[in-house]
Amino acid sequence: MKQIRVLMGMPIAVEIVDPHADEAIFEEIYGYFKYIDEKFSTYKKTSEITAINEGRLAEKDWSEEMRLVFMLSEETKRETNGYFDIKTPNGTYDPSGLVKGWAIWNAAQLILKNGFKNFYVDAGGDIQPHGMNAEGKLWTVGIKNPWNEAENVKVMRVKTEGVATSGTYIRGLHIYNPRDGKPIDEIVSLTVIGPNIYEADRFATAAFAMGKAAIHFIENIPGLEGYMIDNNKTATMTSGFETYVARPD
Amino acid sequence: MKNAWKYILGIAVVVLIAGYIIFNGQNGDSNSQVAANNGGTDSTSTGSNQTTTAGGTGNGNGTTTGSTVTTSTGGTGSTGQYRNGTYTGSAADAFYGTVQVAAVVSGGKLTDVKFLKYPNEPGHTSEVSSMAIPQLKKEAIASQSATVDIVSGATQTSQAFQQSLASALSQAKS
Repeated sequence: MKQIRVLMGMPIAVEIVDPHADEAIFEEIYGYFKYIDEKFSTYKKTSEITAINEGRLAEKDWSEEMRLVFMLSEETKRETNGYFDIKTPNGTYDPSGLVKGWAIWNAAQLILKNGFKNFYVDAGGDIQPHGMNAEGKLWTVGIKNPWNEAENVKVMRVKTEGVATSGTYIRGLHIYNPRDGKPIDEIVSLTVIGPNIYEADRFATAAFAMGKAAIHFIENIPGLEGYMIDNNKTATMTSGFETYVARPD
Repeated sequence: MKNAWKYILGIAVVVLIAGYIIFNGQNGDSNSQVAANNGGTDSTSTGSNQTTTAGGTGNGNGTTTGSTVTTSTGGTGSTGQYRNGTYTGSAADAFYGTVQVAAVVSGGKLTDVKFLKYPNEPGHTSEVSSMAIPQLKKEAIASQSATVDIVSGATQTSQAFQQSLASALSQAKS
C-alpha cells in the first residue's frame, strides 16, 4: 500500500510492502507528521516554535520534544563546527533542518513497532527505507537531476540507510553560510547516505553550507557517504559512495 | 637435482636481500611525502625550507600547486631521518581551498600530520592519520535509464506540487 499526503510543506510518501498493511497504520503515520507540523512549523501562528520565537513561551513551559530538538540541534552545531545552526540570520529559531530527518526516523520506528518490515518513508526527498521492495529486492533510490526533475543522475540501492538531499534548485538560495551570511551558490545538490535518515539529514543540511568543501567534510565522517553536484553539472563523490551504486540487489 | 634447488634458493635469498638494501637506499626520494630540513638550521623554522606535499600515500596523487618539495637524502629509514619537532608547511592550493599542514616528528619518525587550515574555516585544526588530502572521484552528471523505487532530491515546493496535483485530480473527476 502506498499513500502520499502533503504535510510540513512537502509531499510525504509512505509505501508499506507487507501484505497486512491497512489504512489504520497510514492514519497513525500521517497523524504523527501532522502532530510534528503543528508543533514545529515556523509558518503556523499557533505552533510551539512560533510561540517561542515571538517570546510568548518561557523555556520552563517548552514541551519535551522541543527540548529534545533544541538539544539535538546544539549537539549537531558542535559536531559541525557551527555550520549547522537553527538560529536564523534574523535571530529566530528554525529547527526544520533537524526536525525533518528526526521526524521521518520516528515515523519509521512507529511502522516497525507495528510489525511491518518492508517499507519506506519519503518526506520531500529525504528517505528512510527498511527491508525490501515489492520485488523482494533492495530499495532503489535515484538522485534527481537538479536541472531536470524527471531525470535521475545516479541510482543507489539501500537497505536501512537513510538518504537525504540538500539543494538550492527548488526554493532558491535558502541555505546560508553562517560565517558570512551569504547564500550558498557554489554547489547545487548534496546527497548524503547515512546509517539512518536522522544522521544523513542533519549532516546534509550542515555540510551544504560549506560549499565545495562539503564533500570533504562528509568524506571525513565515518559512516557517511556523499554525492555533490556543482553548478557546472560536475559531481564529486566520497570514496565509499559507489558501493551503494554497485551493490547487488 | 637436489643441489640445483639449493643453488636456486641461494640465489633467491641473495636477490631478496639485495632488493631490500636497494629499496631502503632509495627511501627518501619521490615516494616520501614529508621532508624535514636536515641541514644545520633551526628546527623551529616555518615556511621557507620545510614543505609538505599533499600527495596520496605511496601513489603520487597530489593536488598541491605552489609548494615545493625538498627531500632528505638517503638514510636507511630504521635509524630515523628526521629530527624531532613540529614543522609547518607552506600554504598550498588544493582545488577546494587553501591547505596547510604541520608534520610532527618524534623518535626520528613522522608520527602525525595536522591540518592547520581547513577550507572555509580559517583556524580550524583537525588531525588526520593519513597524510593525504584525498582525491575524490568526479564525473559529469548523466541521466540514468533505470527506473527507481524512490527519488531523492531537494524538497519540492508544496505550492507547485499542490497545483499540479489539483489539476490532475480535477481531470480525474468524472
